[in-house]
Amino acid sequence: MEYTLFVLLLPLASFVFLGLLSNKLSHKASGMIGTASLLMVALLSYFAAGEYFMTQKTGALFQTLMPLNLTWLNMGANLHIDMGILLDPISVMMLVVISTVSLMVHIYSLGYMKGEKGFQRYYAFLSLFTFSMMGLVLSTNIFQMYIFWELVGVSSYLLIGFYYTKPTAVAAAKKAFIVTRFADMFFLIGILVLSYYTQTFDFGTLTSGNSAVFQQAISTQFLGASALVWAMALIFVGGAGKSAMFPLHIWLPDAMEGPTPVSALIHAATMVVAGVYLVARLFPVYVLFTPEVLQGIAYVGAFTSMFAALIAIVQTDIKRVLAFSTISQIGFMMVALGVSKFEGHEGLGYMASMFHLFTHAMFKALLFLGAGSVIHAVHSNEMENMGGLRKQMPITHLTFLTACLAIAGIPPFSGFFSKDEILSATYLYNTGLGVWMTLVAGLTAFYMFRLYFSIFWGKEKQHAHPLHESPKSMTFPLIFLAIPTLLGGFIPFGQFVTADRAPYTIHMDLMVAGISVIIALVGILIARKLYQHPEKPVTVPSGLKGFHKAASHRFYIDEIYLFITKKILFNGVSRAFAWFDRHVVDGFINGLATATDWFSIRIRGFQSGEIQWYAWVFLFGTLLITALILFI
Amino acid sequence: MSYFDNFLIMRSEVSLLTVILFLLLFDIIAGKKGKKYFQPVAILLFALHTLTNLVPAVAGEAFGGMYQYHPVMTIIKTMLNVATLIIFLQSKHVFDGNEMKNQRGEYYFLTLSTLLGMYLMISSGHFLLFFIGLETASIPLATLVAFSKHCKKSAEAGAKFILLSAFSSGILLFGISYLYGTTGSLYFSEVSTQISHNPLQIMAFIFFLSGLFFKVSFVPFHLWTADVYEGAPTNVTSYLSVVSKGSAAFVLMTLLFKLFGNYLYEWQTLLFWIIIVTITVGNLFALRQQNLKRFLAFSSISQAGYIALGIISGSVLGMTTVIYYIFVYIFSNLAAFGVISAIESRTGKTDIPDYKGLYQTNPKLSFVMMLAMFSLAGIAPFAGFMSKFFIFSAAAQQGFYLLVIIAVVNTIISLYYYLRVVKAMFIDQNGQPIPALRTDSWNRASLILCTTAIIFVGLLGFILDMIEKQSFGI
Repeated sequence: MEYTLFVLLLPLASFVFLGLLSNKLSHKASGMIGTASLLMVALLSYFAAGEYFMTQKTGALFQTLMPLNLTWLNMGANLHIDMGILLDPISVMMLVVISTVSLMVHIYSLGYMKGEKGFQRYYAFLSLFTFSMMGLVLSTNIFQMYIFWELVGVSSYLLIGFYYTKPTAVAAAKKAFIVTRFADMFFLIGILVLSYYTQTFDFGTLTSGNSAVFQQAISTQFLGASALVWAMALIFVGGAGKSAMFPLHIWLPDAMEGPTPVSALIHAATMVVAGVYLVARLFPVYVLFTPEVLQGIAYVGAFTSMFAALIAIVQTDIKRVLAFSTISQIGFMMVALGVSKFEGHEGLGYMASMFHLFTHAMFKALLFLGAGSVIHAVHSNEMENMGGLRKQMPITHLTFLTACLAIAGIPPFSGFFSKDEILSATYLYNTGLGVWMTLVAGLTAFYMFRLYFSIFWGKEKQHAHPLHESPKSMTFPLIFLAIPTLLGGFIPFGQFVTADRAPYTIHMDLMVAGISVIIALVGILIARKLYQHPEKPVTVPSGLKGFHKAASHRFYIDEIYLFITKKILFNGVSRAFAWFDRHVVDGFINGLATATDWFSIRIRGFQSGEIQWYAWVFLFGTLLITALILFI
Repeated sequence: MSYFDNFLIMRSEVSLLTVILFLLLFDIIAGKKGKKYFQPVAILLFALHTLTNLVPAVAGEAFGGMYQYHPVMTIIKTMLNVATLIIFLQSKHVFDGNEMKNQRGEYYFLTLSTLLGMYLMISSGHFLLFFIGLETASIPLATLVAFSKHCKKSAEAGAKFILLSAFSSGILLFGISYLYGTTGSLYFSEVSTQISHNPLQIMAFIFFLSGLFFKVSFVPFHLWTADVYEGAPTNVTSYLSVVSKGSAAFVLMTLLFKLFGNYLYEWQTLLFWIIIVTITVGNLFALRQQNLKRFLAFSSISQAGYIALGIISGSVLGMTTVIYYIFVYIFSNLAAFGVISAIESRTGKTDIPDYKGLYQTNPKLSFVMMLAMFSLAGIAPFAGFMSKFFIFSAAAQQGFYLLVIIAVVNTIISLYYYLRVVKAMFIDQNGQPIPALRTDSWNRASLILCTTAIIFVGLLGFILDMIEKQSFGI
C-alpha cells in the first residue's frame, strides 16, 4: 500500500505550488487546485481504508503495516529517527476522517471565502495543514509525530491569524500557539525521557506490550514515581494542550477568531483530536504499564467535559458555544480512553472513544459549517442578532438540526451510538463517573438546543438586507456531512477498531441507553420551553446569578493565567533574569567585544603587504614549530 | 594487471585530461563563430565529466603503488568537481564581456589543469607524484591570479603568489628529501612504516607539512591569502578559497592519517596550537575589513581552523565531518562569491559599504548573500550550523573540550562580522544603492543550486551517513 505516500505528497505539492505562485493565480484557479488535490487525497484515503479493512487481516487480527520507513537521522548505536508511514486501524480511520472533513472545508470555502483578500494564501495554508495532520497520524515513531505535531501547530497558527489585520485574530493566533507550544514542551521532555530509557522512538516496539522494553524505565524512580509514569504523564500533557483539556483549554475559544471553515477543520474535527489520537496510539503502554496515568486521564477528561458544558450554556457567540461543546466532547473521548482496559469486552472504552472521534468529527464539522452559513447570511456571531432563520435557510436549518440531534444523543443519529458506548464504558468502570457523564450528556442536549432554537426559531430580527440560503458550494458540504451524521451510527465500528485489534460486537446496554435518551430529551424540552418562543428574555434565577456570572467569564481561568504570567512570572521572575542578563551575560559579551576590538587593532601590522616579511614569517613559523615539537 | 588496467583505475584523471585536451584543441581550431559556443561546451563537457565519475569504484592501486584509489576519493573529487562547475557557471558572464573575451580559452584550460593537479595530489601514493600534483595545482593558479592583464593589483597578487608558492615548495621539498634520506623510500606505504621519533625525521615532517599548511592557509602561513584573494579576479578567488583549500585540507588529513600515523601525538599538539591561532587570528582580522574579498579571505582562514578541528580528532567521525564541512563550505562560500561576482562585473564595487541598501534594489541577491553569511556563521537551521555542530562533536568526542570552547567563542565573534554584511544590505540606508541588476541565467542557476544546498543539506541526514560509509579504511 505504498500509494498512501501520495496522501502526504499531494497536499504538500499543492501547498508549495499555491504558496509559490499565489500572486500569479486567480482566486478561482487556486481554489480549484487545492480542492482537486484534496479530492484525490480523499479518494485515495477511501480506497486505502477499503483495501486495508478488507484484506489486511490475518486470522482475527488487523495487521500493522509499514509500507515505507526510512532512517532519517542516526543518533547513536540503537537510537535512530525514522520517517515513514504506518497503517493500522486507527491511522486508516483518521485518514478517512481528515480527508473527508478537509475536502468538505475546501469545497465550502470556495463559497465562504469568496472575494477575501489572500484567498490563495488561505488555500495554501489549508493544504499545509492537511499535509501536517496526515503526517501526524501516519507517523511510524513518536519523534516523527512530534515533528508533524509542531507543523500542525504552525499551520493552525497561520490559519487562526489569517485575518492578520484584525488585532483579536492576531492575539488569538498567538495565544493558541503559545499555549499549545507550552504543552508541547512537556511532550518533548516526555519523549526524551521515554526514549532515553527505552532506546527507541518506534511505535511498533513501544506498543508491542513487551515489558523488557520498559524494564529500565520502570525500575528508575524519580520523585515518587517511575520514569515511565513521568514520561507518559508528560506526553499526555502535550496531548492535553492540543486537545484543549483543562486547564490548557483557554486557547480554543479564542481560536474562533479564524475563518469559520478553519474552525470546522482544525478546531472541531482534526487537530484538537490529535491528543486523543496520541493517547490511543500509545494506549498499550498506558494500559499495561502506567494504569495510574490512564486513570488521571479519565478524571481530567471527566472534569473538562462538565466544566466546558457549564460554560457553553451561557455563551452568546454561536461559535464559542460550539468551541466549548468541542472541548466537552473531547473530554468524553478522553474519559472513554481513560476507563478502558485492553482486551475483549473490557476494551469497550477504547473502541467507543474512537467511534465517538469519528462521529463527532462529522457532526461537529457539520455544526461549524452550518454556523458559518448562518454567520455568512447574518454577518454576526451573536445569538441576539439571529432568530427565525428556518424559513430563509431551509437546508442549513435541517442539516443543523440533524447535527444537534446527533450531538444530543437521540437515536438513530450517529452520536447516540458512540456516546452510548462511552457511557456504558464509564458505568462499567465506576457508577459515579457514569452518572457524572450522563449529566454532562444532558447538559449537552440543553445547550445545543438552546443554540438551535435561538438561531432558527423565535422572532425574526431586522436585517440590513434580505436573508437567503447560502450558495451551493456551501450547502453541498452540509448535505454531504449530514449523511454520516445520520447513518454513521450503524457502522459496526467494533469490527474495525478495537484496542487489541480483535473484532468486537457491540451490545447495546438498554438501561444506559434509555437513561441517556430520557435525560437528553429532558434537556431538549427545557431548551424548547425557554428559547423556542421567548415572549420575554430569559431571566436567570436569582440563586444562580453568581454561577451565571462566573460561567460567562469562563470561570476566570484566563484571568488566573494572566495573573500568573503577568504579575508573578513577568514581574517577579523575569525582572531578576533581566538584571542577570543585562549585567552578567551582556557584560561578558561586551567584554569579549572590547577585548576583540583591542586585539584586532594591535595586530594589524602583521598584514603589511610586503612579501619579504611574509616569507620571513613563514620560515620563522616553521622553525619555531619544529623547535616547539622537538624540545617540549 | 595489464598496463592498460592502470589507466582504468585512474580513469577520473584520464577523463579530466580528455576534457582539457579537447578544450585546448577547440579553442585553437574553432573559428570566430565556433568560439561563441566555447563556454557552454566547456561547462557542459565538464558537467558530463562530473556525472561520469560520480559512482565510487572499488579501491585499488596503479603503477606499482604510485597512484592509489579509495572510494572516498570519488566523493572528494566529485565535491571539487561540483565546486568547479559552480565557479564556471559564475564565470561565464565575466568572459562574455569584451574585456576578457580573448582569455576565456586559457581560463578554462588553466583552471582544469590545476584541478588535475589536485586530483593527483589526492590520489598519490608516492612523494614524487604528490609533488608533481602540487606543482601542477600551483603554477597555473599563479597565472590565473594574474589574469586581469590591465589590473595592477592582479599582477602584484600573481607575483606574490608564485614567489611564496615557490618558497613553500622549496621548504616542502627539503622536508621530502630528508624523509627520503632517512627512510630510503618515497613510497607512502614504506615511509609510513619506517618513521620513528628521530629528530631529523620530525623536522622533515614539519617542513613537509608547512607546504600544505601554506595551501590551506593556517596561521602563520596565511599572510599571502588576503593580498592574493583581493587582487585576483573574483572567480579565481572563489576557486582559491574553495577548491584549492578544500583539496589541500583533504590531502593534509589523509596524509596525517595514513603517512604520519606514528606521529599522532606530535601532530595533535601541533594542530592544537595552530587551530587556536588560526581561528582567532582569522576572526580578528576579518573584523576590520572593508573589502568583501579581503573579508572573505580572513573568514576562509578561520574556516580552515574549523576544518582542522575535525582533523585533530583523528577518528572516523572526524574524517567524515571534515569532508562534510568542506561540502557545506563549498556551497556557502560560492553563494557569497556568486553574488560578489555578479555585482562586481556590473559595477566594479566590492566594498561592504557599497552594499548598503542592496535589499531595496536587489532583494534576491541580498537574500542569497544573507543565507551564505548565515551558513558561514553557523546559524541554525542552515547547513553551516550542522557542519559546525558535527565538527565540534567530533572534537569533543576525543576530549578536546578546550579547543571546542575556544572555537565556540570564536563562532560568536564571527557572528559580528558576518552579520555586518547582512546589516549593510538590509538595514543601513543609502541614497545611491547599487542599481537593480539581472545576472545571466548561468550565474542564477549556480546561485539557486547553492541556496538549495544551504537550506536542505543540513536537513538530509543521509549525506553524512553516506560519507561515513565510504570513509572507513583510510
